[in-house]
Amino acid sequence: MTATTLTALSEQLERGELSSVEATRDYLGRIEAHNAALNAIITVTAEQALADAAAADARRAAGEAGPLTGIPLLHKDIFCTNGVRTSCGSRMLDNFLPPYDATVVARLKAAGAVMLGKTNLDEFAMGSSNETSYYGPARNPWDLRRVPGGSSGGSAAAVAAGFAPAATGTDTGGSIRQPAAFCGITGLKPTYGRVSRLGMVAFASSLDQGGPMAATAEDCAMLLQVMAGFDPADSTSAEYEVDDYSGGLAADLSGLKIGLPGEYFGEGLDAGIETALRAALAEYKALGAELVEISLPRTHLAVPAYYVIAPAEASTNLSRFDGVRYGYRCDAPEDLLDLYTRTREEGFGDEVKRRILVGTYALSAGYYDAYYRKAQQIRRLIQQDFLDAFDSVDVIMGPITPHPAWVLGEKTDDPVAMYLEDIYTLGVNLAGLPGMSIPAGFADGLPVGLQLIGPHFSEARLLNIAHRFQLATDWHTRRPTL
Amino acid sequence: MSVDQAEIEKIAQLARIRVAPADITELTDRITGILDLVDQMQAVDTQGVEPLANPLNASQRLREDAVTEADRHAEFQAIAPATEADLYLVPKVID
Amino acid sequence: MSDGYWETVIGLEVHVQLATDSKIFSGSATAFGASPNSQANAVDLAMPGMLPVLNEKAVRYAVMFGLAIEAEIGRRSVFDRKNYFYPDLPKGYQISQFDHPIVGRGQVQIQLADGSSREIGVTRAHLEEDAGKSLHEDFHGMSGIDLNRAGTPLLEIVSEPELRSAEEAVAYLKTIHSIITYLGISDGNMAEGSMRCDVNISLRPRGEEAFGTRAEIKNVNSFRFVEKAIQVETERQMDILEDGGSVVQETRLYDADRNETRSMRSKEVANDYRYFPEPDLLPVEIDEGYIETLRESLPELPAAKRQRFESEYALGSYDASVLSAERALADYFEAVAACGDAKSAANWVQVELLGALNKSELSMSDCPVPAAELATLIERINDSSISGKIAKQVFDILWSEGGSVDAIIEAKGFKQVSDTGALEAMVAEVIDANPDQVQQYLAADEGKRKKLLGFFVGQIMKASRGQANPKLVNEILAANLDSAS
Repeated sequence: MTATTLTALSEQLERGELSSVEATRDYLGRIEAHNAALNAIITVTAEQALADAAAADARRAAGEAGPLTGIPLLHKDIFCTNGVRTSCGSRMLDNFLPPYDATVVARLKAAGAVMLGKTNLDEFAMGSSNETSYYGPARNPWDLRRVPGGSSGGSAAAVAAGFAPAATGTDTGGSIRQPAAFCGITGLKPTYGRVSRLGMVAFASSLDQGGPMAATAEDCAMLLQVMAGFDPADSTSAEYEVDDYSGGLAADLSGLKIGLPGEYFGEGLDAGIETALRAALAEYKALGAELVEISLPRTHLAVPAYYVIAPAEASTNLSRFDGVRYGYRCDAPEDLLDLYTRTREEGFGDEVKRRILVGTYALSAGYYDAYYRKAQQIRRLIQQDFLDAFDSVDVIMGPITPHPAWVLGEKTDDPVAMYLEDIYTLGVNLAGLPGMSIPAGFADGLPVGLQLIGPHFSEARLLNIAHRFQLATDWHTRRPTL
Repeated sequence: MSVDQAEIEKIAQLARIRVAPADITELTDRITGILDLVDQMQAVDTQGVEPLANPLNASQRLREDAVTEADRHAEFQAIAPATEADLYLVPKVID
Repeated sequence: MSDGYWETVIGLEVHVQLATDSKIFSGSATAFGASPNSQANAVDLAMPGMLPVLNEKAVRYAVMFGLAIEAEIGRRSVFDRKNYFYPDLPKGYQISQFDHPIVGRGQVQIQLADGSSREIGVTRAHLEEDAGKSLHEDFHGMSGIDLNRAGTPLLEIVSEPELRSAEEAVAYLKTIHSIITYLGISDGNMAEGSMRCDVNISLRPRGEEAFGTRAEIKNVNSFRFVEKAIQVETERQMDILEDGGSVVQETRLYDADRNETRSMRSKEVANDYRYFPEPDLLPVEIDEGYIETLRESLPELPAAKRQRFESEYALGSYDASVLSAERALADYFEAVAACGDAKSAANWVQVELLGALNKSELSMSDCPVPAAELATLIERINDSSISGKIAKQVFDILWSEGGSVDAIIEAKGFKQVSDTGALEAMVAEVIDANPDQVQQYLAADEGKRKKLLGFFVGQIMKASRGQANPKLVNEILAANLDSAS
């Protein structure tokens, strides 16, 4: 029987109880059986995966194995994979076969991981529900009528459903943490610049960050160890030493100061979620932590600032999709303008087009100061709120979302309502901080995530704080029945 | 701030996205809704606040001037919609 | 109204391709003339997920230019995205600099033909990437796109609207050209597009403060075309204004074949470039140490060299400015002047050498005559080995066949006859053969004698095929004629 965590699987492989080929077959079998219902994976690379698994087994036999050698995993379909379709959940890139690997993909490959396929996502990562995907929405394995969250919904659903022990995700405004919360798994959004963005198709360059999604903090630590690090090909990559993420997991939490922002526990937070979170916080108290009331006074401004900055950056990041060098091109363009406007009309979905238009508007002459510049100023104020808070606490905790996973279609007609669901996660991206979601109970039978936010480059500490909780609780071991 | 259809059409043209005439009303409404949301920012006094373009207070690293890339045009053009004589083809460009 | 009523106001935007090996944001080569798209990598092609990393040498070259024009260097300069769609612009935006350019305000001195000079302000210079090229040959009604040039580093140098004539504009361009080539930051090859120019022109009544409406003439790519484009555009605007019309603010193209400018009528809506800070790059911070190191390594610049040529070699300002305009030419001149006769060196370089280069349409780098040979040639004139006339023949041989001055003189038997015995014999022969002229000479007064002496010298030079030392011939002749009396 294949283990349910990355850490346990790594030990099984190490002990020779299981081969990588066997584990890979096992996961591929589960994908085969259940992906039709979940739609979590867009592209399955079964043949290549089995070949890579066999090669990994051979390396292990030759005594050249590392902790990730032969570990099957999934990549969000926004990380470029050499020769394997990278669609970004868009018709625009439905035929796109990148001639290169993203740095994250290359690092995991070099560490011996075996790619099983590419997971579903909101189109170009723009969405909080996975419903904007050209390939149709992924579904929440806890309740197939509900969304798995987004944009890394496919990765979260796949890990929760046992399609793989881990997956990569990206988080621009909560896209790792929110689906991790909705699907009951652990997800880490690292400090901006900690993980290379090269080959990760850009949504909003100053906010995007790749990170691991897995069952436990321990698993995330193993993945992040490989994913993190300076990349000279990404100018925004941090030249900052990578910590030993696994080494400090067990450290004691006594004296830990946990800040609880009043703004995160106020009006609008679902009662069931609050109950679960209060219980989780009580657990931390039992582990020796101290709970401190704090304030992040500009929390309410995160949504407006984010929904200017992210669309503005996206509007120009997506200009390269013009039907000239790769990707979708409209049929029989009459002239150059027709090539552009029809390719982009037909290639992009509604939400992406809306955001491009909002972003174009925010940057256009006469509006730049009132929108883009203003949002960047507010961004600094929001970052300052966090930095001030970290003067007195070690970590900030709160909800990931105001409500648990909603029913498919419930919010699609009201983009603003959907945007407001991101209120607790956006600040972390605006400030460039690391954030995590860890399973912390259930509300109405649906998973609840607890958010952990730390100072810049405090990933090791966050993972330690998450791991100690997971040693004391078993929420992270709960799995949906498929 | 509300936008009218003419403005949406202008923006769509700047963004090179065709909008079907049937969709313009709904699109205008939705974008107006989004702009109403983001207009909450206008109430905040940001006088003298330096805009934050990048969350880390870092500066640009410089790359040594060295040619590190080989010619891969065949590989790159294999995924292009239309090429000829090693060129990407587009409808006639008129200067 | 006449030409005197209107004042032409000109500002230039000069785009200089920097001579880096690789592109400004990628490791692709920048060589000119490579086969289509062979130098466009994933970054240049704007493949999804690709990111820019800034080339240090592009930054260094920009700072060097800034130091050369005594400009403020932007200690913290920022790259911005300039957004517009065009097939030769793969990302749909050009990475450029808007609010915080790397080079701030500076100035250059321009030299005019009448010997006067003027200071022209440079508003700013910023780094940006070049676009690719659209090839308009017909591919079944389609255009072809070559992205080799996309991402080549450009320094855009913006002048103040302080130029007042085509002559000044060309002098300014030549000054910029000589600065960038002196610094070695660009090859300055205008035929290959290494230096391109946009010209902003407006007219106003002389004495008026306010500027008139300007037209921008895009991509004028030679000194001569800049001059002509300004002339015809000035006339066009003058005609409009004198007819009581008004100039439309627009972009125009100079058509060299028809020697006219015409509007680039575009059906598209006015551009709105939506500049904003490029989030894929961080601010470029330049510290004092970096600037100082570059400042110390700057070569002597054209203006300083010109002044030095005037004082060190006693050249006139015109000669000094011609000889210092191009670094290779200046270096060549100095190597020739090492012979100790700067005046002759300046003459030989400007008249014979530049004449021959122009005639063969060659540049200094292709010059077939080594400076050391030209220096020897001047020495041989000065030590009376050869006459100036013979020296020109030697130069022609050096130019077309190569070799060394002394070997040519030797092989061709060009050496001047300075042997008094041989000259005495020649003089005696000429006196014997021309008794009538001798009589006339003896009868003549002092003034006439000088003229008649010329006749005898001519006869001797003819007999010696130009190789007789003219000074000695004169002395011997005078002595012999006097004794003939």
